[in-house]
Amino acid sequence: MLDVKNLGAWYGRAQILNGVSLSVGENEVVALMGRNGAGKSTTMKSIMGLVRHINGTIRYAEREVQGNTPHAICRLGMGYVPEDRRIFGDLTIEENLEVGRREPRPDAPEWTQEHLFELFPNLAERRKNLGKQLSGGEQQMLTIARTLMGNPKLVLLDEPSEGIAPVIVEQMARVIAELKREGLSVLISEQNLHFARIVSDRAFIIEKGEMRFEGSFADLDENPEISNTYLAV
Amino acid sequence: MGFYFAQLLTGLANASSLFLIASGLSIIFGVTRIVNFAHGSFYMVGAYLAYTLVTHWSGSVLGFWVSVILAAMIVGVIGLIIELTILRRIYHAPELFQLVATFGVVLIFQDGTLAIWGAEDLLGPRAPGLDSAVRIMGEPIPEYDLALIAIGPVVLLAIWLLFHKTRWGVLVRAATQDREMVGALGVNQAWLFSAAFVLGSFLAGLGGALQIPREAVSLQMDLSIIGEAFVVVVIGGMGSVSGAFVAAVLISVLNAFAILIFPQISIVLPFVIMAIVLIFRPHGLFGKPGSEKGAPEEPDQPLALMDQKSAMVLMAALLVLALSPLFTADFTSVLMVDVMVATLFAVSLHFMMGVGGMVSFGHAAYFGVGAYGAAMAVKFLGLGMISAMLFGPVCAAIAALFFGWFCVRLSGVYLAMLTLAAAQILWGVTFQWQEFTGGDDGILGVWPAKWASSDKVYFYIAFVLCIGGIWALRRVAFSPFGYILRGIRDSQTRAESIGIDTRFHQWMGFVLAGGFAGLAGVVFAFSKGSVFPDSLGIALSIDGLIMVLLGGIHALAGPILGAGAFVLIEDWVTRLDYWRFIFGAIILIVVLVAPDGIAGGVQRLLRGLKGGRA
Ligand SMILES: Nc1ncnc2c1ncn2[C@@H]1O[C@H](COP(=O)(O)OP(=O)(O)O)[C@@H](O)[C@H]1O
Ligand SMILES: [Mg+2]
Repeated sequence: MLDVKNLGAWYGRAQILNGVSLSVGENEVVALMGRNGAGKSTTMKSIMGLVRHINGTIRYAEREVQGNTPHAICRLGMGYVPEDRRIFGDLTIEENLEVGRREPRPDAPEWTQEHLFELFPNLAERRKNLGKQLSGGEQQMLTIARTLMGNPKLVLLDEPSEGIAPVIVEQMARVIAELKREGLSVLISEQNLHFARIVSDRAFIIEKGEMRFEGSFADLDENPEISNTYLAV
Repeated sequence: MGFYFAQLLTGLANASSLFLIASGLSIIFGVTRIVNFAHGSFYMVGAYLAYTLVTHWSGSVLGFWVSVILAAMIVGVIGLIIELTILRRIYHAPELFQLVATFGVVLIFQDGTLAIWGAEDLLGPRAPGLDSAVRIMGEPIPEYDLALIAIGPVVLLAIWLLFHKTRWGVLVRAATQDREMVGALGVNQAWLFSAAFVLGSFLAGLGGALQIPREAVSLQMDLSIIGEAFVVVVIGGMGSVSGAFVAAVLISVLNAFAILIFPQISIVLPFVIMAIVLIFRPHGLFGKPGSEKGAPEEPDQPLALMDQKSAMVLMAALLVLALSPLFTADFTSVLMVDVMVATLFAVSLHFMMGVGGMVSFGHAAYFGVGAYGAAMAVKFLGLGMISAMLFGPVCAAIAALFFGWFCVRLSGVYLAMLTLAAAQILWGVTFQWQEFTGGDDGILGVWPAKWASSDKVYFYIAFVLCIGGIWALRRVAFSPFGYILRGIRDSQTRAESIGIDTRFHQWMGFVLAGGFAGLAGVVFAFSKGSVFPDSLGIALSIDGLIMVLLGGIHALAGPILGAGAFVLIEDWVTRLDYWRFIFGAIILIVVLVAPDGIAGGVQRLLRGLKGGRA
């Protein structure tokens, strides 16, 4: 469904990614792991068309999408949840969801506001509140809900568990399981091996902009030196 | 009592038009992050179109209002065309480009309206049905003023409904906060931007069209309103429509009363209010932190010291310049002095922007203070040429010390606007303070000393001062101080975290740039023998920006090439009819075709040639 080959990315003259390849299959949850600054967010932004200077190929939904604008990529059914949330603080929760709303797609589950409020009950209570009045965990839920309003087929989730309370992290894990049950594919970036193991089917590990590992969690368990070298455990 | 109430109503009526144009400017900035200088032109064109339409359907009430709306709609379409053909290509360019590009549009519109409507001021008819005055508390109040007072809040309400009750409005508000994220959620930004631009131009056109019954339509309407409109937007907070409303009312009402006490104040009052507001609220009354940022830019390329070959080319060019009086006519020497003055001015502006990271819309202020300082030293203190030449730059540096202290407290567009405000205040003072500065008549008789009075000798004086100044600024740019400034430009937080007093360094950079601009002003004053308020005006500030842009902001040689090209082009083009149109077109072509300026274009050409050979 998503197939990235030899991705390179630059900010100005600094090359951040170098020959990154990864893939996500139909209805699969894949973890992209690595320490702070390893290049996880840059990988996701590059896939989403948010980094201006990239090379390599990004195949998605049977097409090459590198070089397309973010909105065109989104309209092909790719949803992006940024790590810093980027809620519209002066808009209400309902308006935030409205910004994300797109026409239903034949090949992806359709989400409505009410359906999402069932999935995220705390948002339902505060639907008229402004984005900036929400707690960090609620904002995290809102970004995911906002992206789901676009009825995506594949979701790029950038560090959803970062900086939120443990009880919300649990809720997050349930949400990701629900997405998988609905038939979505998810690429999730994560520093926490424990959380990644709970929610995902297999993992990639990136370090200094290069892919260092690809495989199952069982493989990782058999070679503990890999996680010791590349992850902060 | 009745008189003061009448004055209040006049203020409120003035506020309506100002609000219309400023809200449009604010919406455009909020969504596209473009500081649109051409907004005043939209206002002016709206007024001219309304004049034509209203006189065509003269007399009927319906005809009047249909004309006004129609004029505004045509302006909206004009805005759309400009957005599609010009702005759409430069959304990723640095702010300076966008500013200069929209200024190119201003020039084109000035000559366009001149060609269509002529140079005469046009006095439109009164609004049918609203052409008399009613008595309120014994004072006659024009009915049309009352209508305007109602229109302001009605438009505000309409915009509010549009922004809160329609999907489009919600998207616009979202884009004002985070355009990129809106794009990542599948919204085609291009169309959102176009639509915002159309709405903004429509509002500006409406503001202009509604002025018809109140003031004569003239070719000066564009630049006379744009300064005030910027002020309103900045006071209200960039991107905030209700802020624009509050600020428009604040300025207009204060102005209506202030002129009772001190009639000359109206030129500078808005800028004084803006300076005060910004000092206490650095993002305006309703602005948010982050609202000062222009379009996201590609990270700057590092400035490079010149390699040996370019240094040799430069030395050769200098040598030719130095020897030029020997084999050219006097008028060429005079032109060369103009080029050197412009170059020093551009280099000092580049130092402030390219090295210091502070965009200035009012750099001419320090050029002018330098020029006036020298002129007044000659006139009032009886100083000789040499001492006056020292005195001028010191005055400029002191002015920069004063205004810079305020400016470096802000950043981004707000900083740029405060520099503009400072320049306007100084200009206003110079213009009004007849006894001291000569007002509009300027100061005459600022001639060089006897021994320096020949064009050729004066050429060498200018050569030493200007080239010396440029050389000194270059040295500073690569001194530890210069590196610190650039470090602050690239990341203020990082510089702060390693213990650098960023404000102090920026302040000193500001003063240095101001002092050298003053030096350019001094050389200018003695070469012309006179100074006029223009030397502090917006137009000269923008000329400086154009020079820096023409040359290319990323290259150290940029301002040199840019100023040379600017003066030579100007010298040639101003002899033609419709030179503004031609000049505007040249600016647009440079912005669209060679966005990295002449220096960048030459570099690319050289690289291409080398690549071709290899
Ligand atoms: N906008 C940017 N400009 C320049 N460098 C950046 C930018 N964003 C990230 N980087 C750099 O790119 C590298 C990878 O960052 P990132 O992709 O955010 O890593 P991660 O998400 O794995 O923590 C880091 O070294 C970071 O400093
Ligand atoms: Mg990250």
